[in-house]
Amino acid sequence: MTKQDIIKPENLVYGKTKVLTDNIMHYCPGCSHGVIHKLIAEVIEEMGIQEKTIGIAPVGCSVFAYNYFDIDMQEAAHGRAPALATAVKRLMPDKVVFTYQGDGDLAAIGTAETIHACNRGENIVIFFVNNGIYGMTGGQMAPTTLEGMKTATCPYGRNTDMYGFPLRISDLLKEIDGTCYVTRQSVHKTASIVRAKKAIRKAFQNSIDGKGTSVVEFVSHCNTNWKMTPVQSNAWMEEHMFAKYPLGDLKDTPKKRFDEINHL
Amino acid sequence: MAKFKGAVVVDTERCKGCGLCVAACPSKVLGLASQVNAKGYNYAEMVTEDCVGCCSCGYVCPDACISVYKVTL
Repeated sequence: MTKQDIIKPENLVYGKTKVLTDNIMHYCPGCSHGVIHKLIAEVIEEMGIQEKTIGIAPVGCSVFAYNYFDIDMQEAAHGRAPALATAVKRLMPDKVVFTYQGDGDLAAIGTAETIHACNRGENIVIFFVNNGIYGMTGGQMAPTTLEGMKTATCPYGRNTDMYGFPLRISDLLKEIDGTCYVTRQSVHKTASIVRAKKAIRKAFQNSIDGKGTSVVEFVSHCNTNWKMTPVQSNAWMEEHMFAKYPLGDLKDTPKKRFDEINHL
Repeated sequence: MAKFKGAVVVDTERCKGCGLCVAACPSKVLGLASQVNAKGYNYAEMVTEDCVGCCSCGYVCPDACISVYKVTL
């Protein structure tokens, strides 16, 4: 059987989802953002919610996310995506609203918005891409940079005496009563991609069911600023990032509703 | 003898030659071409005919440029 006999429309088992546009992504070769975009788009297509999903784009590498998703999207001010998502969800409660943010956006400038949106238990989904560095601005130290990790602004490694420790934002958010689902995933291998896709689907379902805020963190890499090839940076991430940011579900309990609390 | 036979089609103009699919392929079917696309990237291509259609390359591709076809023998 030749290759031409196999390549027929009825034999197609995997292809680009229609929820992604035909625009070529501006991300560096091998960037995890592309995989995460693709997974979110695939889940939106499989759940049939393309017409009622609204995405909030951040500031950072993924600032042009609205060029790649074929859904309604809105750009937010730096770090303010959860606040904007709150407004969108409260004005249009039947829509499925998600934010897509990096670690500079969510864990640095937008920490207050993130924590308060989670504390209010807004029925939104927060996708948090954590690569431990500021990618778009040229590889500076981020709150999530590992101890001793070299970046443009800490060329001798992150000095914890001076700059503090890596911020595990998902571990903070799981302590908040408003969140219903907090999980940490990665997209470096086929098996982890399948698990990440399940987590994305569950997060969207929680949003539809009104269970509270869902946070899906993706431990990812930035091969350009880590100064490695994509394959090497995946191996480096597995060796170093997962020790500080272990994968798995951190929390899976719906928020308490007003009629379930003790009235004083 | 494999029960499945697959084929991979790469959208060569979208491909950025990151090599993640080459590393992910369990059958060592993919390789980077010696030729480049319009942006100057060595795009991925099939170098052997041993594909079993597992779609690992498609899952890891960040640019959604891989389509996988599969037939049962």
